Amino acid sequence: MKWILLSIVVTATALSDLLQSHEMKRAGEQSVDARGLARLLKTIARRRELILSIVCLAISFFAFMALVQAEPLSFAVPASASSFILETVLAKLVLKENVGMRRGAGALLVLGGVILLAR
Amino acid sequence: MTHSPGARFRTYSLLGLFVFLRPLGNLSLAWGTKHFPQVLSLNPVVYLRAMVDPFVALGIAMLILALLTRLALLSLADLSFVLPVTAIGYVLATLFGQVFLHEAVSAQQWMGSVLIFMGTGLVGTTPQNTTADAKESG
Repeated sequence: MKWILLSIVVTATALSDLLQSHEMKRAGEQSVDARGLARLLKTIARRRELILSIVCLAISFFAFMALVQAEPLSFAVPASASSFILETVLAKLVLKENVGMRRGAGALLVLGGVILLAR
Repeated sequence: MTHSPGARFRTYSLLGLFVFLRPLGNLSLAWGTKHFPQVLSLNPVVYLRAMVDPFVALGIAMLILALLTRLALLSLADLSFVLPVTAIGYVLATLFGQVFLHEAVSAQQWMGSVLIFMGTGLVGTTPQNTTADAKESG
């Protein structure tokens, strides 16, 4: 069961992050001070893709809640970070971000760290 | 591209806030669900009951604020920048798991934390936004 829950967390998180990154770049710079939060909430309400991203996040969250109840936090959190490499590849391919040598190497170091943490 | 010192400062302020909120939210959520008497299943009623637990509710509130902070962060920086830089939160989660939930954390797991530190530092030296500025008014 834990691997099914983990798969749900990873897939839903990756989809949510891609949608969020794409839409927030289009929405322009945002902040989280009092006025900024109100503007940010309006932005979310107006963009279907952001609402869909939050639905994906909710699916990921409920699967994570069940995972974290049954498994140690020190497994659940790093293991759910396996979405990380999938998202970095998709950021390059779909969002056309420039994942250069340093960023790629850093991402691999983080992935290695996450794998060691998850064992 | 967003390279001005002001934008950089705003990006790192949001990063700091997110890195603080997310592990604390996860800790509160883990504490609440682990002390919740029923097993979380597909039954939504059990989930709703769990969400009324003060620790679960506090965890959810912190994670919602973390989500909004991350959305603001993604308006300033690349996803491939934000992902590794915020991974420092996994180290904090491990630390909190050991300190507050008394979970066993091995030397190998601490080695993993060191790798995450190094990777985060390396990605932190790259430009935060590499995509074109095709922005609409929000």
